[in-house]
Amino acid sequence: MPQGALESAYEDVHKTQPWNNPDAVPFIRFENVTKKFGDFYAVDDVSFDIYRHELFALLGGSGCGKTTLLRMLAGFEEPTAGKIYIDGVDMSGVPPYERPTNMMFQSYALFPHMSVEQNVAFGLLQDGVSRTETKQLVADMLALVQMSKFAKRKPHQLSGGQRQRVALARSLVKRPKVLLLDEPLGALDKKLREQTQFELVNIQEKVGTTFVMVTHDQEEAMTMASRIAVMNEGVINQIGTPFELYEYPNSRYTANFLGQVNLVEGVLVDDDEKYAVIKSDEGGCDIYIDHAVQGHQGMTFWAALRPERLRLTKEPPENTKYNCMSGKVEEIGYLGGLSTYHVLLASGKRIKVTEPNFTRQIEPRYTWEDTVWVSWEAGAASVLSK
Amino acid sequence: MSGDKLTLKQKFDRWMIKHGRVLVIGLPYFWLFLFFLVPFLIVLKISFATAEYAQPPYSALFSWIDEGITITLNFGNYLFLLSDSLYATAYLNSIRIAAISTIITLLIGYPMAYGIARASGTVRSVLLMLVILPFWTSFLIRVYAWIGILDREGLINAFLLWTGIITEPLIMRQTEGAVYIGIVYTYLPFMILPLYSTLEKMDVSLIEAALDLGCKPWKAFLKITLPLSMPGILAGSLLVFIPAVGEFVIPELLGGPNTLMIGRTLWNEFFANRDWPIASSVAIAMLVFLVVPIMWFQHIQSKQEEGQS
Repeated sequence: MPQGALESAYEDVHKTQPWNNPDAVPFIRFENVTKKFGDFYAVDDVSFDIYRHELFALLGGSGCGKTTLLRMLAGFEEPTAGKIYIDGVDMSGVPPYERPTNMMFQSYALFPHMSVEQNVAFGLLQDGVSRTETKQLVADMLALVQMSKFAKRKPHQLSGGQRQRVALARSLVKRPKVLLLDEPLGALDKKLREQTQFELVNIQEKVGTTFVMVTHDQEEAMTMASRIAVMNEGVINQIGTPFELYEYPNSRYTANFLGQVNLVEGVLVDDDEKYAVIKSDEGGCDIYIDHAVQGHQGMTFWAALRPERLRLTKEPPENTKYNCMSGKVEEIGYLGGLSTYHVLLASGKRIKVTEPNFTRQIEPRYTWEDTVWVSWEAGAASVLSK
Repeated sequence: MSGDKLTLKQKFDRWMIKHGRVLVIGLPYFWLFLFFLVPFLIVLKISFATAEYAQPPYSALFSWIDEGITITLNFGNYLFLLSDSLYATAYLNSIRIAAISTIITLLIGYPMAYGIARASGTVRSVLLMLVILPFWTSFLIRVYAWIGILDREGLINAFLLWTGIITEPLIMRQTEGAVYIGIVYTYLPFMILPLYSTLEKMDVSLIEAALDLGCKPWKAFLKITLPLSMPGILAGSLLVFIPAVGEFVIPELLGGPNTLMIGRTLWNEFFANRDWPIASSVAIAMLVFLVVPIMWFQHIQSKQEEGQS
């Protein structure tokens, strides 16, 4: 990982975070867990820890194994190999109804023949909690998710957002050690989703339960999670805080999955203790990196350039030796608050640049076919070898 | 262009858009009218006549007397059904046998339907195929086959005698038990198919949710699966119960002289006694007996649909 000023400041924050504390005891532990369906490896030798009070997100495209991991935690699937521990207890062979976990299903799985109240009370009554106590707990939980008014309704009489709240209440009312959420906001429309993201985080902070969430939506994961595991083809690509993953991706897959990125291919031509230079035919320029990279000369690297860290100018920048490419504006997307431009380089590579529209303008700054220069600070690019 | 004359096809299309709906709905109603309502009215008419040695063997309902229509209604047939205990016994017997058969069919059919609904794709279609397969042979032949199995000299007795478990052949045919076997065997697919279709539609994650909330599997079945499959249970039960009440072939071939069922009574009145009016009134009374559960079923089902959607 690169050494920079940004990072030494970040070091201090690290210490308060259990995953950076070697003495912290993990709450959930996956130990070489493999799950095979026939010949297909849904999860392939995965090991990682989740700590108490975390809101941990498993992020990945469909079929990456994230849901299988969650279902193994819930007890719906048994690992083909490896072990899962929750709070120090080996979960092998423990059926779902004896696990200290509750799950919020993607489809919510509300019982259609029961009222909201009965749905929420269901789990408590299974545990033999008394009627009066159940009544109180259900009322409290419905108040927490702001569904008290709808207690007598049946699920089909509720909107999608309301069902989501009932599902959350039902899975939280038993105070599980771990709450599992399978695409918790997947069925909601965009506006409601954004609002609910923060509500879920607030509820999590209030109840203090450890949340493990599965999602394919990187924005959702970034907004809500304390840490994210990026998964691909049954393995975990990278685990880190949203900040770490965005600023220091370890691979092109992670860089691509979280936010937008331009990946410019090149070869290492100059390598020093303090800096490195990558010559890129694709970018038509030399890329200067302000730290050392691990690798030998002639090795292929990719510079990951976030669109918002790129500068667009009509005139060439002062220093055209490094970190500057020129091309033609091919596409313009005006989004109001910001504009995105696709710049076509001579090599045929397209570079995406986003610029905030700070001031109100009479007419767009750039138009199609304008020749423009794309440049960036030495620290803006991260270097990826895979 | 509004002034242009419409072609014949355009005229037809416009007519279809306006009236097509009525046509589509009307056709099945016309069918039901022709082949259900009209025969029913004929039978109803005969049930109010008196038996005569004539062609046809009953009195006319309408007659021309003094240049006016006189309607002669004879309620005697219905009163006769009440006075002779034979009919009441036959009705009650039929309902009892049909009810017990329905329960047995449900107990056998439910696990089968559940198994099929939870089987994987290819296995499922094979299993469904096997359920429907018996329909490819004549119903009569299949019931005859049971005679061969249950008879005094049948397969079961031959086998048991051969193994030496019994020394005297068992009397299995011409008992009420044989009638149950026949009805359950014949009507099992009618129970399995509606049950399968409700169980198959059920979201498996509901069961997982119940397990997740601390419910043991058998309790999850009682609290979730069973209530949610109620429409299938009701549909299947009625599809078995209603035809079983009026069943004639099975008690005739497998039942003994003591298994009195209304279908046999009806047949005897028509063909042995040639008393069409009495036979018709027996049929009408049976219809009334069956219409009540059908209406009850529809009432429950419409309530269910209101509750879910």
